Order: sequence, then structure tokens, then C-alpha cells
Amino acid sequence: MIKVEDVHKGFGNEEILKGITTTFDRGKTNLIIGQSGSGKTVLLKCLIGLFKPERGKIYYEDRAIQDMGDQEQRDLREEIGMLFQGGALFDSMNIEENVMFPLRMFTKQKKSEMLARVNEVLKRVDLVDVNKKFPAEISGGMQKRVSIARAIVNKPKYLFCDEPNSGLDPRTATLIDTLIQEITHEYDITTVVVTHDMNSVMEIGEKVVLLKKGKLVWQGTNQEIFKTENEDVTNFVYSSDLFKKIRDVQIKEA
Amino acid sequence: MKYLEDIGSYFLMIKKVFGSFTKRSVLKHLIFKEIDDLIIGSLGIVIFISFFVGGVVSIQTALNMDSPIVPKSLIGFATRQSVILEFSPTFISIIMAGKVGSFITSSIGSMRVTEQIDALEVMGINSLNYLVFPKIVALMFYPFVIVISMFIGVFGGYVAAVYGGFANAGDFIEGVQQDFIPYQLFYAFFKTTVFAFILATVPSWQGYYMKGGALEVGKASTKSFVWTSVLIIAANYIITQLLLS
Repeated sequence: MIKVEDVHKGFGNEEILKGITTTFDRGKTNLIIGQSGSGKTVLLKCLIGLFKPERGKIYYEDRAIQDMGDQEQRDLREEIGMLFQGGALFDSMNIEENVMFPLRMFTKQKKSEMLARVNEVLKRVDLVDVNKKFPAEISGGMQKRVSIARAIVNKPKYLFCDEPNSGLDPRTATLIDTLIQEITHEYDITTVVVTHDMNSVMEIGEKVVLLKKGKLVWQGTNQEIFKTENEDVTNFVYSSDLFKKIRDVQIKEA
Repeated sequence: MKYLEDIGSYFLMIKKVFGSFTKRSVLKHLIFKEIDDLIIGSLGIVIFISFFVGGVVSIQTALNMDSPIVPKSLIGFATRQSVILEFSPTFISIIMAGKVGSFITSSIGSMRVTEQIDALEVMGINSLNYLVFPKIVALMFYPFVIVISMFIGVFGGYVAAVYGGFANAGDFIEGVQQDFIPYQLFYAFFKTTVFAFILATVPSWQGYYMKGGALEVGKASTKSFVWTSVLIIAANYIITQLLLS
């Protein structure tokens, strides 16, 4: 579990996060949603330690990241898997080397053991016969899956995903969402996904946190999000024509 | 003020490069890769330029010797001095600022733009040590490139002088051996080592701290070449003043 307590973060004179307090539960896909500029990615970067909050604390289980020494923070990061928006695969390495990278860095396994684990996770994300290909030679959806494989290869306790289905066609986007949720349950890890995609909210939002202008305005499940009367939620959810039409049909039928 | 900030950030980067080392086996692999990219990959252009510039220095010297009492051995002497003292250490380094410097800035800059550096940091890896330290170590082999450049430069001068009919082989070789001062080699290699450090770190700094997209990577590469060249020229002046005057 990750606990966020009154986190503030700004750049220059502009305050981006204005006192966020919430928890991200273990074994669930926790979604951070909101419009562009609402502070989702900044919150994610604070969670993984790329940004330091000016105020407030972030707890991994009982350990506050701010109170950790350098070594302790490095140890914590070994427990973190991250799926970046663009995949962030290393261009100079082939797929096998990319996925093997965390194992080479942090374990003392033999090459054959590492290779077995790499093939296991690549199979888990439905990728076969791509080991020797380079990131530029595979599609965007496959790159995302490789990135997921790299994120989980060292059996992390925490998985972070920054807009995992951006730039993907709806079918591939759904596959990626489903894969993230399955992995979360299978490995019993704490997963935090930043997205503004309502399909993701519907499919995998076991806990949803809505940010608006750096403030947390609502949190609940994907079932509750369509029932709430909260104006910020309805403005966000029904900004999509599709969802507006679905609501109109539901009202009509009622 | 901006320049002071940049200088501060450069030295802070150097400090971080030498903190929290990457796993030794991984580092060894990275160092060999950098030696291949930065050193071995530069030999062709260095040999080509050194041969022809050595030849041109030799021809220019011969053509500017009007007096019949000036010995022909001066062609060999002037070629050796020009090549060893300035051409190979300094001007090859400026060329390397274009070739190696731009490569370093654009490769690190592209990693920044595509979040690969963030990926390293999230994994708990000191990205500066991982990316820059192997380049510094690889470029410590740069003096070997300069040795080759010196040899090829003088050889180019020999070919141009002898086969161009400006001097005979004996005169040229006599000039090359004339008044040789070993300290000048120390001076040349000392400054080459300083230039190697500049070549590894300034382009890395430009790439690592760049912001923006693909266009900015291009701009950073150009800026990297300008600043690396300026620093090499300035360091050359200071070292020459300190060691030779």
C-alpha cells in the first residue's frame, strides 16, 4: 500500500499539487484521472521519487520516502516497476536485453536463469519470437508490452503506469489495460495508473482518484463514478460524447 | 547569472558521475562499447585528416623557404613541431568535438527526450554514472588516437616532401630528429588528456540537462560543439602558458 499525505509540489511560483491525501491499495489497479494539466503526472513522479514534494509525505507501507537515505531509496526503487508513456525502452538494446536489464543490474543470477525469466515474462505479455528485435522494429503496442515485461521481470511490489494506452488503437489499449489488471492480481502488487481514458476507468478502475487543478476532488470505484452527483466527476466523465449519449439513453429508458 | 548556474550544474554533474557506481560487470561492458564507438570509430577520420594536413604543412613549409642557405631538413623539423605541438592534440580535438561531441550529446539527449534516463533513475540507477563514466574512461584512451595522428601526420609530411620533390628522404628524417625535446611530448599528451575530459563531459552535460523534443536535441548538439571547441581552445592557451612559457 502507498499512502500519500498532504503532498504539495510546485515549479517556480506555480503550485501544481495542492495538498493531495489518498491511499493506493495493494492488489488493486488504482487510477489517477483528470484533465491535462491537473497534476496527474507530477503526482506520479512524486510517488516514484523523480520529484521531491515541498510538503507532505509519501509512505511505502510504513516507510516514508522522504525519511529514507540514498541507499534505502535505491533499495525501494528496485521494488518498483514503471511503464512509461512512450515505453522508454533502451534503443541500443534488443528486446531480450531490455527485459533482462533489471536482472543484470540487481541480481546475481546466471545468464541462463535470467534468460528463462525473460522468456517467461515475454510469454506472459503474449510476445514470442521478438527477443532479438530492436524496439524500433516492433509496433507501439508491442513496445508497451515489452515495457510491461521489463517492469515486472524483477517481481516488483509496486507498478506505476503513465498513460499506458496513449497512442494505441482501442483494441490494443483494452489488451494493455487488461494485462495490467491481470498482472496486478497475479503478483498481488500495488498498481498506480495515470490516465484520462474513460474506457480504462470502466475496465480496470478498482480505485479511482480524480484530480482537478492540483486538488483531489473525488475518489471511489469505477462503479461509483457513474452514480455520484459530484459536479467535477460528471463534468469529467461526460465530457466524452459517447458517455453523454449513454447517459441520455439511460435517462430516456428510466 | 545563467552562465554561473551552468558552471555550477556542470561541476555538480561531475560530482554525481563519480558517486554511486553501477554494477562492475555492466560498467565493464559499457566501457568497451564506448571505446568502440568513441575511439575505434574515430580512427578512420583522424588518420585521413592527419595524413593530408601533415602533407599540407610540409608543402607549405617547403614553398615558403626562399633562401638557398636554409637547409631542407627544416621541412621535416617544421612538420614535426606543427603536428606534435598543435595540429594533432588541438585541432584533431576540435574535429572530435564535432564528431564525438555531437554523438554524445544527441545520444544522451535522445534518451532524455524518450524518458530512458527517467527509466534508469526509477530503477534506482545513478544515470550519470551509467551514462557518463564509461565515456570518461573510454576517452582516457584518446591520447592513443593522438599518437596515431602524430605518426600519420609526420608520415604524410614525409610523403608530400619526398614524393613531391621538395626534399629527399634523408633531409626530411634528419629534420624530424633534429632538436627533439621529450618534454614537448609530455606537454602534448597532458593537454590531450585535459581535452579528452572536456570531450567526454561537456557534451554529456549538454545532452543530460537538455529539455524539449527532437528539435532541441539538434540545438543541444550544435551548442555542445561550440562550447566544447571554445573550452578546448581556452584550455590550450592556459596549458601552453603554464607549461611552455
